[in-house]
Amino acid sequence: MDNTLIEARGLSRHYDVSNGFFGGTATVKALSNASFTLQAGRTLAVVGESGCGKSTLARVVTMIEKPSSGELTLDGHHIRSDEPLTDAQQAELRASVQIVFQDPFGSLNPRQTIGRILEEPVLINRPDVTKAQREQQAREMLAMVGLRPEHYDRYPHMFSGGQRQRIAVARALMLEPRILVLDEPVSALDLSIQSQILNLLVELQERLNLAYLFISHDLSVVRHMADDVMVMYLGRVVEKGAASEVFDAPRHPYTRALLSATPVADPTREQTRIRLEGELPSPLNPPAGCAFNPRCWKAEERCRQSAPELDEQEAHPVACYFPL
Amino acid sequence: MPLLDVRNLSVDFKTANGQFRAVDGVDVQVDVGDVLAIVGESGSGKSVSMLALMGLLPWTATITSDSMMFDGVDLSRADDRTRRSIIGKDVAMIFQEPMSSLNPCFTVGFQLREALKAHLPLSRRERQKRAIELLEQVGLPEPERRLRAFPHQLSGGMCQRVMIAMAIACKPKLLIADEPTTALDVTIQAQILELLLDLQKDTGMALVLITHDMGVVAETAQRVSVQYAGQKVEEQGVNDLFANPHHPYTDALLAALPERATTKHLPSIPGVVPGQFDRPAGCLFSPRCQFADDHCRQVKPGNAPAELGHARCHYPLIKGVPQREAS
Repeated sequence: MDNTLIEARGLSRHYDVSNGFFGGTATVKALSNASFTLQAGRTLAVVGESGCGKSTLARVVTMIEKPSSGELTLDGHHIRSDEPLTDAQQAELRASVQIVFQDPFGSLNPRQTIGRILEEPVLINRPDVTKAQREQQAREMLAMVGLRPEHYDRYPHMFSGGQRQRIAVARALMLEPRILVLDEPVSALDLSIQSQILNLLVELQERLNLAYLFISHDLSVVRHMADDVMVMYLGRVVEKGAASEVFDAPRHPYTRALLSATPVADPTREQTRIRLEGELPSPLNPPAGCAFNPRCWKAEERCRQSAPELDEQEAHPVACYFPL
Repeated sequence: MPLLDVRNLSVDFKTANGQFRAVDGVDVQVDVGDVLAIVGESGSGKSVSMLALMGLLPWTATITSDSMMFDGVDLSRADDRTRRSIIGKDVAMIFQEPMSSLNPCFTVGFQLREALKAHLPLSRRERQKRAIELLEQVGLPEPERRLRAFPHQLSGGMCQRVMIAMAIACKPKLLIADEPTTALDVTIQAQILELLLDLQKDTGMALVLITHDMGVVAETAQRVSVQYAGQKVEEQGVNDLFANPHHPYTDALLAALPERATTKHLPSIPGVVPGQFDRPAGCLFSPRCQFADDHCRQVKPGNAPAELGHARCHYPLIKGVPQREAS
């Protein structure tokens, strides 16, 4: 049996933004030409700095946004930009892809009890499930994510950040999805709580054979969680491969710089930091050629003229003319 | 004599449900040229203790201390005029959110010159010249143009550079950086930390870095003070702290770092930080501590000697082993 749950080919999402009254419109290429696959029981991490398109990717994969172009196959269903899905198909697909957001304080409705929050996805998507069954499912789910049964009748404000994130994970799992998109799931949490949630995610993945699309900017968390890593810069995938290869032998200069900029909790380690000049260019006006060329120390004339492509055939592809 | 010597600082907040002690008997000593990191999770009182020093807490806060000596002046007893002449000049602070710390209604140049005007006897032209110098010093390209920019026209990293320029405008002896890079991307974080350390080396000022990121601590600090639930639980040099933590909380915190993990399952600290109503009677960490016994749960621990990192623990750890005979 083929275990592939997500297959994306040339996925793009562009936004038209108005440029003032006389300016006409400009196009922001929030996500360009991303291709990847994700199998059941595996974790694909997407890393990059703010504005690199990782959250846009999450929104496209969870069908909050439609792709502008490219093909996306989710759990056997094809989604194409030119052929919209019927509502029934969408509803069915939504049950198999769920998302956990970054901020557990903003993502739970403060006026609903935990029980109600957990039951709502079932209420909407599975109208034939009885009330008693729903409640039972919700209570089982509470136990699964490590909360106590008496939490069923409480409100979100009575919980700490870590517990809220458990509730958010529980809600995402209520429809028994096969794919879970985790958009910075631990970056709002304290270190001692972060490890509890990461452990929970690892346990759930083993038990339910979930596929995780793990979006994070924290490379030490990614290194711990991911099987495969995809590095993005300004809407493009610049490097992807197995986590161990990307971390131990990065090929793209940006990946290398990102890794060296990440502080390591070991004061005795020799610091060999690559100093990146400048900041992320505006996505409204990206540089010609390779998007990274103004900050890259290896950039040559060729980099400024044409953008390198990622060779999908390789095991550890990189979008760079002069890979390391 | 240390540059900053705060003894037994406590801060209580009036809340709707009674008094809440956010900082509980904290001592802070900073020498000239020192880089001290204060680490702790949210609610550990790490920011509040420094805000108390700066006099930036709201009226609901009650600050008590034995003394708050800065450079020979006791800030807790000094009159307002003396305080104002020191705060912002000799002690400066930068904050976590660079975007919201700057006033959106005024240009960067106006805000930068305002800091100079308040403390230094410079003419208008000298202030402008100094403002340009400062922006050059913090590595902003095209300083003349940037001075005319409003904060929303700059990126987060640039705003933080402006904040740093403002803080170092009067050549402070002590710079307090409260989570200066938490809102920034890693490559920008690396630039800002490097800038702070360079400035610290060039000017010889002392730097207090408040952070929750153990990686940042390891790469920047000389000395580390660990806070938990408003108390200082341990203080050590950075290498010793990472190699041989003496307080069980520090030990557990370091073990929970994903990069130190050897298995897929991370060692984690059960439970949460105690809140206003469930503060334990004995050691504050005892409900979450793997070594705690009845003695810990009933009796508040004192501080261990300096060679055990002043650990606020009955049984400080040596190489991960609690020293039960010692007490």
